Amino acid sequence: MNTPNPNERLRKLSLKERYAHLTRGLDWQPTYQDKKKIFPFTDYEGIKIHDWDAFEDPFRLTMDSYWKYQAEKERKLYAVIDSFAQNNGQMNISDARYINALKIFITAVSPLEYAAHRGFAHVGRHFEGVGPRIACQFQAIDELRHAQTQIHTISHFNKFFDGLHDPLHMYNRVWYLSVPKSFFEDAITAGPFEFLTAVSFSFEYVLTSLLFVPFMSGAAYNGDMATVTFGFSAQSDESRHMTLGLEIIKFMLQQDEGNVPIVQKWIDKWFWRGYRLLSIIAMMMDYMLPKKIMSWKEAWEMYFEQGGGALFNDLSRYGIRLPKYHEVAKAEKDHYSHQAWSTFYQYSHASAFHTWTPSEEEMTWFAEKYPASFNQLYRPRYDYWAKAEADGKRFYNNGLPQLCQVCQIPTFFTEPTDPTRISTRTKIYNGERFYFCSDGCHDIFEDEPEKYLQSWLPVHQILQGNCGGTTVPEVLDWYHLNQGADNFDYLGSPDEALWENWQSARKRVIAS
Amino acid sequence: MTSNVSITLQNTDDGRGIVAAIIADNPEAVVSTYPAMTKIDCPSRLIMNKTSIEQQLGREFDLHELNLTMVSISGNVDEDDDRLLLMWNV
Amino acid sequence: MALEIKTNSVRQRQQTFSNVARRLGSDKPASRYEEATYDLQPDVNFHYRPTWDPAHEIFDKTRTSIIMADWYDLKDPRQFYYGTYTIQRSRMMEAVEKNFAFAEKRGLLSTYDPEWQAMVCFYLLPLRHLEWGANMNACNMVDQGYGAAITQSAMFATMDRLGIAQIISRIGLAMGGASTLDQAKDYWVSAPEWQPIRQLVEDSFVVEDWFEQFVAQFLSLDGLLYPLVYGHFDAIGLERGAGALSMVTEFMVDWQEEISKWADTVLKRAAAESDTNRTFLAQWYGEWTERVQTALLPLAEKVLGPTAKDILASLRESLDKRAMRLGIQIEAEIAA
Repeated sequence: MNTPNPNERLRKLSLKERYAHLTRGLDWQPTYQDKKKIFPFTDYEGIKIHDWDAFEDPFRLTMDSYWKYQAEKERKLYAVIDSFAQNNGQMNISDARYINALKIFITAVSPLEYAAHRGFAHVGRHFEGVGPRIACQFQAIDELRHAQTQIHTISHFNKFFDGLHDPLHMYNRVWYLSVPKSFFEDAITAGPFEFLTAVSFSFEYVLTSLLFVPFMSGAAYNGDMATVTFGFSAQSDESRHMTLGLEIIKFMLQQDEGNVPIVQKWIDKWFWRGYRLLSIIAMMMDYMLPKKIMSWKEAWEMYFEQGGGALFNDLSRYGIRLPKYHEVAKAEKDHYSHQAWSTFYQYSHASAFHTWTPSEEEMTWFAEKYPASFNQLYRPRYDYWAKAEADGKRFYNNGLPQLCQVCQIPTFFTEPTDPTRISTRTKIYNGERFYFCSDGCHDIFEDEPEKYLQSWLPVHQILQGNCGGTTVPEVLDWYHLNQGADNFDYLGSPDEALWENWQSARKRVIAS
Repeated sequence: MTSNVSITLQNTDDGRGIVAAIIADNPEAVVSTYPAMTKIDCPSRLIMNKTSIEQQLGREFDLHELNLTMVSISGNVDEDDDRLLLMWNV
Repeated sequence: MALEIKTNSVRQRQQTFSNVARRLGSDKPASRYEEATYDLQPDVNFHYRPTWDPAHEIFDKTRTSIIMADWYDLKDPRQFYYGTYTIQRSRMMEAVEKNFAFAEKRGLLSTYDPEWQAMVCFYLLPLRHLEWGANMNACNMVDQGYGAAITQSAMFATMDRLGIAQIISRIGLAMGGASTLDQAKDYWVSAPEWQPIRQLVEDSFVVEDWFEQFVAQFLSLDGLLYPLVYGHFDAIGLERGAGALSMVTEFMVDWQEEISKWADTVLKRAAAESDTNRTFLAQWYGEWTERVQTALLPLAEKVLGPTAKDILASLRESLDKRAMRLGIQIEAEIAA
């Protein structure tokens, strides 16, 4: 200051230098308070960090550009949302069955964005290093953005269609929504490093492209301009988040060899947790996009087997291997979406979205995309159900399913080696028997039984009388499910009647 | 074993220019077009040059603007003032 | 066609989400702020206890002594959700960029009275560390706080504080490059005038009650520091030719005015809730404001000279009045 070097002053700083001055320099070593008291959660997971400054944020984002570019994204997005509403864009989608994907989205995905917001705020406060702390804070506010833009987009659909009206209430109660809720609460209640491995790496980097990329492209293809806009707009933040995920993993692995087995264990766990969560997405992609782009199987091959393969190939230099049970996921790809849909089909009376038997045209597409499984195993089932329906006996399963103690999905998946046999695993712990859908979930329980003992399992809770009553209608009331509108088959639903009304009005206009 | 890095961009006017710049600078790039988006795969490494993008768009382009168009990436990222690099195995 | 549809079938079945309708008392059109805020945070049926805080639920009302029947009463008068927030800040930042460009082009940040430049380096630049500390405290509120209403505003404040720290850093770079920032950090870490302030900031990191932290940061500390630095210190700068500095710190002045509206609305509502809340708020406000006033004195004396004590006392008086308007009465004063 007193004798500034004029050359230094005049030289334009490079992106790297500028970022270093505007972020890294902000921190100081505290002396009035013990660092351990300020950052109490750094050590307890056993991860060793020797040099926090070694973390690099490759995008080197500062607040000035953050505000500038994010505001630009928001202006564009809300312009689309407004014009979609003004032009009654909901009438131009391919088919009202598509709306059911949005029902799942707002009840199962948007609340996760919010949970991620709070989770990243926790890490964004408690990480010792400035670089990762700021990257986590950016992600914390981005995730809030995603929750809010999704609510604002879907708000318009809620004005016309059923099943979208009380997503936040439902998220905390409805049986299948405990799957996403427990997934994220598992991550948030873990330590900061496990949280990042779970969410930034396993979920964001390895798995969410499967949700956002092909599904959103599908939304566009099905005429939902509003959803594709929030989807891609969110995804543009996601590229940053994915990079944080990869950088944080590399950072842990580079800092200490002792971190490798811990990180590998987390990758194994969170790959499996995330993969199980995606069964709902698999079903959305294959069954809820009337006009189809890519099957679940193709998406899995493109994003996990190829994309993930390249990633784990790159990480092998640190001694990291593909996640445990990835081969099970590979074996299940021919069945995953079909088994999920079949299950929800049976429980549609207790769900806040509709199901239906696929059309002949769709089944032809499935047969082509799933030559090893569809005609053999799933077409006969749908034919049988369609016939029952035609006879006025639409099949609903009135039993309560056995839920997996870890992923909380009903144990409907089959053995990886035998798609005709349901896979269940059990374990006796403290004299009590616990059930699991797979070896993956069994192993997760075994590693931390005291955590999964706490699970708020919807079926157990219903049986214990904690969900509004003992009969199905009482429980559905407690869910705030509008019975006869939100639930049951798409055929005969008010959604269908509305859609047909719009279609016939359009036809009348064309005819006149 | 050679792995692909990849980038997916929105089909917008900026996206079109960026894709054109990538194709020009990465002879091995493979382009797949989907509804609303374009995915580009490239063995091991893919470079996005600021100057090439600027030529395509006919205006100044700050690499941070990629943020507005990018849908997904796969690969390690290294960004400086002039280019963004995606790569495996460095 | 449009006419037919309008009269026939494009009737909306509901105007807003059910949870929002319940809060509004009936199903009627709701604002984007309301839809993006109400009930966003899960409140029941948590699956697991945090391994890092097993005494509490993931989101838990008992992390503070403040009790609210409904935490969504702590609304943001600015009605900021992410979109409105970022658009507002990008506008403010555009003005900053213009002012920086103007000042940097003419070298205005490094050509005024050198003695005052040294003083600016001493009083202003170390504040980037203080803002970074405020960023941590605001972020802690997002982590520990209850209800999406107050925590989302705290999230925006978190990023604001980082943004302000970076604006101050850019001023330092424009004044004399990276070495200027190093020097400012030395002041922050070892200049005797800064130590009581740094100690106060470090102590604020470990406050266990997040609402106390909110009072300490956004009312007591900011309430005295901002008018002192961007008001009184800046006024001297204007006399000594540092007008360009006022231009590039305009963001902070506008921001403080805006954020105070939020802080005041929240505090006023929390105080109105109960006597217990008022007692806690008054106790925290009293303790922290006293400490802040004491801690700021050496720095104020260095910049303002012998008038510092009176200036701080008058700032304190206005702040007490502001607190009083919010329903926060300092008990010591009542007793006296």
